[in-house]
Amino acid sequence: MQYMIINYVPPVTVGADGAPQHTDIALWEAYTKALIDAGVMRGGNALNAGVTATTVRVRNGQRELHDGPYADSKEELGGYFIIEVNTLDEALLWAARNPAASAGAVEVRPIMSH
Amino acid sequence: MQDRPLPSAVEAAARLAYGRLVALLTARSGDLAGAEDALGDALLAALERWPEQGVPANPQAWLLTVARRKLIDRARRAVRADAAQAEIERMHEEAEHVVSQPDPFPDRRLGLMLACAHPAVDPLARTPLMLQAILGLSAERMAPVFLTSPAAMTKRLVRAKAKIAASGIGFAEPEREQLAERLDPVLDALYAGFTLGRDERGSGGLAEEALWLGRLVTELAPDAPEAAGLVALMLFVTARVPAARENSFTPLSQQAPADWDTAMMDEAETLLRRAVDFQRPGRFQVEAAIQAVHADRRRTGRTDWAAILRLYEGLAGLTGTVGVQVAWAAALVQLGDPAAALAKLDAIDPAKVAAHQPYWATRAFVLAKSGRGAEAAEAYLRAATLADDPSQRAFLLAQRTALED
Repeated sequence: MQYMIINYVPPVTVGADGAPQHTDIALWEAYTKALIDAGVMRGGNALNAGVTATTVRVRNGQRELHDGPYADSKEELGGYFIIEVNTLDEALLWAARNPAASAGAVEVRPIMSH
Repeated sequence: MQDRPLPSAVEAAARLAYGRLVALLTARSGDLAGAEDALGDALLAALERWPEQGVPANPQAWLLTVARRKLIDRARRAVRADAAQAEIERMHEEAEHVVSQPDPFPDRRLGLMLACAHPAVDPLARTPLMLQAILGLSAERMAPVFLTSPAAMTKRLVRAKAKIAASGIGFAEPEREQLAERLDPVLDALYAGFTLGRDERGSGGLAEEALWLGRLVTELAPDAPEAAGLVALMLFVTARVPAARENSFTPLSQQAPADWDTAMMDEAETLLRRAVDFQRPGRFQVEAAIQAVHADRRRTGRTDWAAILRLYEGLAGLTGTVGVQVAWAAALVQLGDPAAALAKLDAIDPAKVAAHQPYWATRAFVLAKSGRGAEAAEAYLRAATLADDPSQRAFLLAQRTALED
């Protein structure tokens, strides 16, 4: 089964050049490498800081824009991985190793198979 | 489908077979709701045909075959044409494979119970889910015991089954080394069902069903001492039920051992001894041991409160609940040390005991023993207000009145 491992991380600040100021890049690199070495990695991306997001809604045919991420929460969506494992338990094991699990929260969602 | 009265032959076959067949049907598809529906249809077909054609030689195989056919029919209708063929062929193969196996079929109920009580499943759904999957109890039957409406209970069960089906919770039994850890949520859920079910009056209640499931777990996982400990605990408590239920509330210390079911207590002791031999102590074994000390009064005529105190000390190290602290204090006052008991109670966070009935009943008793009558009366009143059971409320109010004499 494929699962999306969704990283919710404490807000990331951006520098003057607009790039996120990560302090824990080594942790993320090690985690990604572990996923690849285990042969379960199927994809994924890191996202720029939540402050760079724009949220769009269409109401009564009118486009409404909102500066910031959709969910106004303490942690923000920081990125995701797609992994392929046999059971939820294995996916949860990988989620627990995700650096976001101790800094924020990790959501595990099965990907619909059809 | 589940609670319709069945003719006794069918009913007996159904009760033994229900959970086993649900487990078999669910094991690979992961679709618990679909398995239950298909088996319900098969049981209906049995009700129609068995009275005329007689009960088949292998009723379980008959039910399984019919249920499989129903699942296949449904898959044929539901799955998109291109995907359907492969799916149907897979199910046919699986059906043949299972039916062709010698009787008895493989018992997959432990895997099903582990999935129902999986940590990823809503904790409030775990107990009713197990009772439904293994015993076929309906949402209507269970709702009042779990203090909710049938509609809300149905919704809770449907959500949990959908989560199990979609999320890839495995139905395989874990390796021996992991079994103990994986069993914990199953045992917690069974004990929760037992405790809630005990408030039901009369026999055939949910407490008995939880006990039945507990026994099943000890059969399927004979190497799990905590499972045996839980069943011993439930047996000790059940053995005292007649004494506690004569329309008036009788606290344990005032019950007459002659009213206890001593055969059941003997069985509990045997189970507990076997569990303790594994030398892997746990919460349920210690709680059962506490009950064993109480039950020993049927031989010795007295309660060994010093032993109970030691056991509560051990239990506090395993589970730090308010209930354990309160029971510890109760043991201290029985040993003639109300000052230590009061200190123990005072050390508990007041926010945690605001609505904790046993805390206030124990506090009242401790205060009375400390010669602080006015405060004791106040605590008895508070305990009575928090009591769910009318006879228990009457008992607490009578204690309060007795203070004034």
